[in-house]
Amino acid sequence: MLLNVAVNFLEVEVGAVLDFHVIVLIKHVPDIEKVKFDVETGRIDRSSAPGEINPFDLNAIETAVQLKEKLGGIVTALSMGPPQAESSLRDAIARGVDRAILLSDHRFAGADTLATSYTLASAIRKIGRYDLIVCGEKTVDGDTGQVGPEVAEHLGIPHVAYVCEIRESYGDRLIVVSDMGDKFLVEVRFPALITVTKDVNTPRLPSLRDILKARRSKVEVWDADSLLGFIDMSRIGLLGSRTQVFKIVIPSEERRRGIILKGVDSVNKLIEALRMEGFI
Amino acid sequence: MSSGLSDGVLVYSEYDEGVIHPVAFELLGKSREIADRLKVEVWSVIIGYRVEDDTARELIYYGADRVFVYDHPRLVCFDPILYKGVLVDLVKQVNPSVFLFGATPLGRSLAPRVAAAIGAGLTADCVDIQVDECGDIVQIRPAFTGNILAYIRTSSRPVMSTVRYRVMRMPSRDTGRMGEIIRLIPMVEGDLSLKVLGRISRRSIDLTKADIVVAGGRGFKRRSDLKMLEDLASLIGGVVGVSRPLVDEGWMPREHQVGFSGNTVKPRLYIAFGISGSPQHIAGMRGSEIIVAVNIDPSAPIFRIADYGIVGDLYEVIPKLIEELSRIKRV
Ligand SMILES: Cc1cc2nc3c(=O)[nH]c(=O)nc-3n(C[C@H](O)[C@H](O)[C@H](O)COP(=O)(O)OP(=O)(O)OC[C@H]3O[C@@H](n4cnc5c(N)ncnc54)[C@H](O)[C@@H]3O)c2cc1C
Ligand SMILES: Nc1ncnc2c1ncn2[C@@H]1O[C@H](COP(=O)(O)O)[C@@H](O)[C@H]1O
Repeated sequence: MLLNVAVNFLEVEVGAVLDFHVIVLIKHVPDIEKVKFDVETGRIDRSSAPGEINPFDLNAIETAVQLKEKLGGIVTALSMGPPQAESSLRDAIARGVDRAILLSDHRFAGADTLATSYTLASAIRKIGRYDLIVCGEKTVDGDTGQVGPEVAEHLGIPHVAYVCEIRESYGDRLIVVSDMGDKFLVEVRFPALITVTKDVNTPRLPSLRDILKARRSKVEVWDADSLLGFIDMSRIGLLGSRTQVFKIVIPSEERRRGIILKGVDSVNKLIEALRMEGFI
Repeated sequence: MSSGLSDGVLVYSEYDEGVIHPVAFELLGKSREIADRLKVEVWSVIIGYRVEDDTARELIYYGADRVFVYDHPRLVCFDPILYKGVLVDLVKQVNPSVFLFGATPLGRSLAPRVAAAIGAGLTADCVDIQVDECGDIVQIRPAFTGNILAYIRTSSRPVMSTVRYRVMRMPSRDTGRMGEIIRLIPMVEGDLSLKVLGRISRRSIDLTKADIVVAGGRGFKRRSDLKMLEDLASLIGGVVGVSRPLVDEGWMPREHQVGFSGNTVKPRLYIAFGISGSPQHIAGMRGSEIIVAVNIDPSAPIFRIADYGIVGDLYEVIPKLIEELSRIKRV
């Protein structure tokens, strides 16, 4: 009996090690072209815009799904955001993600990149074993590109940023091209985190069938309490943030000269203007 | 180990193959201002292999009082873990009040690791840093694809930010300035989880450093038509930039892309031909000093941020510009 249990345990363990697990971090963001910015009051009206997966995170999902197709295993999508973010996680399922987890709780709200990355890292600890974490290059609203490397630091794993090409993938490591201006070939052993640029692949469109199937599949929603034992509540949300936005300015169109040159000699007028500005 | 030092404004100086990225000099200029207000020193740190004293001294000429140098063969290429380890160690030793990085790809990869390791807040991609009446640091950065500017305070120490290249004034180089170069021993053992196998290509151009950018968008009908853009660029000493669709089409390498997912440029002159002026494009060039737009559509948003505009066909305007400029050059 005892022996039997031990053997089963061993089988599970071996199986788990062979099972490649990628976690992809995605953010639900407003469609930036539709958000309304009020120049007078400095208000951002997010409600005016429908939400979607951060465009750069589509490349992250595609990277994860392609690796799964090659190496086997599963892909988990993880996102922290408001309840509406569930729609983006469903979209991720339609795009090939196997499991979707939404971290949603008012206690998570108001987080800067430090608190966001800490919360995501805590959830990843709870998820347990993984080989690789894939992030987008940056978000269209936060636009920091910081969350990925910060998650890696919290987890104590290496990261490679600006990955524009996956050269080789094995069960225990990747060889990637990192675009730092100059391009570098980097080998990284699992567990590891990469952030990918839009050059890494072309995200495929989900099929109608996958979209319909995703509609019926489950998105797990975790609140702060479900991370008990993995999280220090003083490090999340507004409370755990170390940067505070205290003012927002929506730049009105700048003090540009706005001179429209007309007529047949507009080119000559432009040349004259460039001469005056000292360019010619 | 404590060094007895404290409170300085620390600048990370990105160093590669004997060259310091010029954003470090700009940051030293800004740091001088901040430090003089706070009555503290300006420090810089440089990590690499075969870092000469002459190179480190440049940082002093641009405003540093002390330069910390970590020199080791294993530090020859950027390794986020080793570099982070070195900087966390330095922060613990010298306890800076402010820690600035250039918002280059390297800075944006390294700074967050350091910040997370020490539990500090980090403000990305700042376009300005001010000291308010109370002596607090205020960081200003664009967000929402450049649609807003956020004013940010940090409650942790050091105040950490990455700062865009070419937004701070380049200070003058003063070879009379005195300062101290301090060589420290980096900890580079252990971690082998990441290995830089080598540099496989060098960027052919660096748009972020260009003074004049001559840019084309989807108003161009054929790839071969970009030849006239190149001709015009070389005529006025500029570099060719493009909007994203031209890169997606494969007409131009990514190095040439201007915008949110490409380069943020800040030339003295930006000329946009056949570019509509989407928020994502503008996010990468709105800081240009003089903006010229040529577009067939008078309602194109690009005109709203232009200093000079020509409503017209680029296929007529560019050849005429080339002709006139060549004529001027000849005389
Ligand atoms: C997440 C994300 C990131 C993005 N990042 C970037 C980025 O980094 N950079 C970027 O540029 N875009 C980016 N985009 C794309 C952006 O939204 C626009 O689609 C793009 O900038 C449009 O490029 P364009 O102005 O060349 O083309 P269009 O918008 O098609 O404009 C073409 C213009 O040419 C004019 N024109 C046509 N014929 C002529 C002629 N003969 N003479 C003169 N004018 C003519 C037209 O009137 C029109 O205004 C991004 C989009 C997303 C979603
Ligand atoms: N709230 C979030 N939930 C999940 N992933 C996130 C979240 N915020 C940021 N990320 C990930 O981190 C990357 C960089 O985001 P940012 O630092 O906001 O520019 C994104 O492309 C995502 O992969």
